[in-house]
Amino acid sequence: MSEPILEVQNISKFFGSVIALKDVSMFVRPGEVTCLLGDNGAGKSTLIKVLSGVHKPDEGVYRYQGKEVNFSSPRDALDLGIATVYQDLAMIPLMSIWRNFFLGSEPTVGWGPFRRFDIEFAKRTTREELGKMGIDIRDPDQPVGTLSGGERQSVAIARAVYFGAKVLILDEPTAALGVKQAGVVLRYIVQAKQRGIGVIFITHNPHHAYPVGDHFVILRRGQIYGDFTKDEIPLEQLVQMMAGGADLEVLSHELEKAAQGGGPGSDELEKVAEGFDAEARGETD
Amino acid sequence: MAVNTQPAPAAADERVREIGVLSRLLTRPELGALVALVVVWLFFAVVAADNNFISWATVAAILNRAAPLGILAIAVALLMIAGEFDLSVGSLVGFGGMAIMMLVTPVEAGGFGWTILPAIGVALLITLATGFFNGVLVVTTKLPSFIITLGSLFVFRGLAVAVPRSATNRTQLGGLDKVPGYGPVDALLGTKLELFGAKFDVAILWWVGLTIVATWVLMRTRVGNWIFGVGGDNVAARNVGVPVSRLKIALFMTTAFAAFLSALIQAFQFNGADSLRGTLKEFEAIIAVVIGGTLLTGGYGSVIGALLGTLIFAMVQQGIIITGVDGDWFKVFVGGILVAAVIFNNFVRQQATKR
Repeated sequence: MSEPILEVQNISKFFGSVIALKDVSMFVRPGEVTCLLGDNGAGKSTLIKVLSGVHKPDEGVYRYQGKEVNFSSPRDALDLGIATVYQDLAMIPLMSIWRNFFLGSEPTVGWGPFRRFDIEFAKRTTREELGKMGIDIRDPDQPVGTLSGGERQSVAIARAVYFGAKVLILDEPTAALGVKQAGVVLRYIVQAKQRGIGVIFITHNPHHAYPVGDHFVILRRGQIYGDFTKDEIPLEQLVQMMAGGADLEVLSHELEKAAQGGGPGSDELEKVAEGFDAEARGETD
Repeated sequence: MAVNTQPAPAAADERVREIGVLSRLLTRPELGALVALVVVWLFFAVVAADNNFISWATVAAILNRAAPLGILAIAVALLMIAGEFDLSVGSLVGFGGMAIMMLVTPVEAGGFGWTILPAIGVALLITLATGFFNGVLVVTTKLPSFIITLGSLFVFRGLAVAVPRSATNRTQLGGLDKVPGYGPVDALLGTKLELFGAKFDVAILWWVGLTIVATWVLMRTRVGNWIFGVGGDNVAARNVGVPVSRLKIALFMTTAFAAFLSALIQAFQFNGADSLRGTLKEFEAIIAVVIGGTLLTGGYGSVIGALLGTLIFAMVQQGIIITGVDGDWFKVFVGGILVAAVIFNNFVRQQATKR
């Protein structure tokens, strides 16, 4: 099995008195998808910001291609091939698609003081790259603000892949998408993986993570709660761990108690409690 | 839209609606200013027809009036598109002019007695340093540039008054034409060109030339793309690797440079400098830029628009003078145009994102 391309060991990050991350270790190999799962507030966003160079970890080691690295800005990470597609997309709504696509990495022609942005190339490439993703843009001059959520996500991912990302960090790329568009993004994750890119896929939806993931890291309250390969864990168990099985069990007992107390709506409560019980046992869907 | 050479998925994309030439034009930031320019010109052409408004002399007067402000507006536009303000630009005009004059004023009069070129060079460096200072303060404190440069507005105006007064006992320094090396530099900055029987300042060429350069930078270079990006979303631009801090500092230095050039040109035109020169120019430049279609919030705008906005500003000023209307009404007019321009721009931006 190949060596990890990106690896962090015992990373911690503090914001004042808040411990955002504590002793977090994870890795991704080239051509694999590591899924980072966790509920809201689990520390996923902080971990991404550490991985992408926005935050410096307060403790721990960050290795890239076997070497220890220390990023002072996202540019440093990007230069090494670690590209991040943020939840808020890092897109400028008032700027056209092609200007957004190449923002920060503009292709140039000419020399010296006459070096200029190669606009023809930028427009053509934007159209082609999005075409490859199955997104047929109407007009590359359109402001990004006029695109739908799925289209924006696609532009952002296509951009990262185009710029030769070796590691692609995707922050909840499917969260705001409809079923069909989420499918497009998942297919694209697999495509990126097959091209030998190491993908870190952050999500809170195990149903999106399981089909594409090779490796699952579950983050909870700023710490690693579980770390499994696909063979080690079936989907049901992943769902259960994600949902926090124990918590759900407690909740179902409480609801049952409330239902036994009688009163209006107690039948309904009982049904809800049974539902939670089932989910806690991993019998979903 | 260019002809799509790829096989179309369907005969016609149901998502694309034919949009007319007009609504496509509406998405250009300069359009509002262009319309306003025509309206203002027509207005004075009718009202001031008897006062010789349609003449080369009036054209020259308007352009001569516009050029020093226009040079400021170019840099202010770039900075505003990048999402920042520079309220100190007017003070820097006074500061830069006094810096030059202090350096060339003879030693016995309290100055340094330098020749023209070294004085210009050093005064330029000093003024650029003030822009650097503004930029670094804004970038490091992350405070609104409005506040920071409001402070520098007073600091640099104060310096422009206090330093010359304590050294030379004056706030107006003249006699630039007596300084060795005056001639060739004056030909570049201070002369008038006779055309169509009217006298045009050479400053107009600087203004138009810099507008072309700045437009090229904004629309055709990577720095231009960064300017739009930083103004649109600071954090997003930083995340994709735009050197936001360096860009902003450079833009504050650009406004300082523009202030210096404006000061230099006026020093040659008026054969000296005045501590109070450039007073209120920061607001006039902002007005010109906003009339020109640039959003106060950044991310959208144009340098051509700033040129048109400056023209409107100067045309109104000149028009009111030659119509013989009480000059007190000028501010009422300008204020009205400003508010109308902002309302119109807001409408245009909504059209742009609805497209």
